[in-house]
Amino acid sequence: MQLIIWGFVSLHFGKNQPELSASGILISVVLVWDSLFRSHVSYTLSFLEEMWSRNLGNLFVAPLRPWELMLALSSISMIRTLIGMIPAALLAIPFFGVSVFEMGFPLLAFFFNLVFTGWAIAQVVTGILIRYGLGAESLTWVIPFMIAPVSCIYYPLSTLPPWLQDIAQLIPTSYVFEGMRALLLEGQWRGDLLQKAFLLNCFYFSCGLCVFLFAFRSARKHGLLLQTGE
Amino acid sequence: MNVVLKTDQLSKDFGSTRAVDDLSIELNRGTITALLGGNGAGKTTTLSMLLGLLLPTAGKITTFGYDFVKDRYPALGRMNFSSPYVDLPQRLTVRENLTVYAKLYGLKNIKNTVLEMVETFRLEDFIDRRVRKLSAGQKTRLSLAKALINNPELLLLDEPTASLDPVTVAWIREFLQKYQVERKATILLASHDMKEVEQLCENVLLLSRGKLVEEGSPQDLLKKYDRKTLEEVFLDVSGRKEN
Repeated sequence: MQLIIWGFVSLHFGKNQPELSASGILISVVLVWDSLFRSHVSYTLSFLEEMWSRNLGNLFVAPLRPWELMLALSSISMIRTLIGMIPAALLAIPFFGVSVFEMGFPLLAFFFNLVFTGWAIAQVVTGILIRYGLGAESLTWVIPFMIAPVSCIYYPLSTLPPWLQDIAQLIPTSYVFEGMRALLLEGQWRGDLLQKAFLLNCFYFSCGLCVFLFAFRSARKHGLLLQTGE
Repeated sequence: MNVVLKTDQLSKDFGSTRAVDDLSIELNRGTITALLGGNGAGKTTTLSMLLGLLLPTAGKITTFGYDFVKDRYPALGRMNFSSPYVDLPQRLTVRENLTVYAKLYGLKNIKNTVLEMVETFRLEDFIDRRVRKLSAGQKTRLSLAKALINNPELLLLDEPTASLDPVTVAWIREFLQKYQVERKATILLASHDMKEVEQLCENVLLLSRGKLVEEGSPQDLLKKYDRKTLEEVFLDVSGRKEN
């Protein structure tokens, strides 16, 4: 749906203001941004499914360590993200004449950075879910949208007011999209931006891991693992 | 090693409420023990701590000789549990659920093990049916199949026959007795059903307000309180403690 909506917006801009949709930038950023949203949502939904079915008690009395669960959720998330994204990216070629695959290797770098951010957010959200229960379920949908404005998906970082630019520079996704614009509009590969995104992602991923493990321990302390569920 | 599970002065506080108070128990290999108590006596809290789902406030749990509070993973593969308070994924079929848990417990020859469990628990006709479409009795049998998939040496059961029809109840009791004898398994059973306890268990732990207030075989307790049924003993002890 995102692809269709933004595809037509892009066609409209292409006719009236060609500079806004040059090099298929709008469609490309929409597709790539979707990798963050999908990776986060599929990770969190897989965890929520265990909560909805009241299965956490069974899982955690099995010799399953929290990091093994996280690895499993990440793997499922990657599979679901690819299943959702590859057909959309392929459809964009005949329908809108835009191929994100033309970016080559940098596409992989953009994709993995955004997936990495998605997992970092998902770890925090699943940590909150395990600690506070299904009342916090709406965070699954809200958080990616909260970081969207400072991710500078559709506009350059310089568009933001200075104080918001400072915040955006703490968000790895802003570097990914700045890097994508540099590649698509100027043909320039900005490894420095991707490196910053990667380092920030490592930091947030570690924080997410700590939040989840802390929440898991807290849930064990308060006896919440048997109580979660609908 | 005859003692499979041992707790030393195990306690759990929730805020200012002490849910389990200085509980010291031992479960020997090849025995079925009942954990009895009224609502809020601390049965589920105790089971949760013994399963590693809940961290104790104080005390020690030793399972298969391992310090369970510090590192529960070496023991978890040798134990299992079933409870009406947890469920299996509703969207998966009987076969898929058992396969997932067989993998989680690191079993080999998964296909055959799953078929064996399905046959044992008379789930053949529903093997490819989603859990959400099973009846309460079928779900309980599946939950027990999951609990026995790793052939556990220690089995913790929370109200295994709650809200089931008499035929299923009788079948489950018979099965547990057989399993205990054949596997020399240790079973801890939290139940409200005194008849079940009298029939199945050689040892009874009676909790009241988180404390162990009575312990012994059903016969010893009947003798001690000069009662004909365990239910009367339970009412005597609970009444005494409440007053």
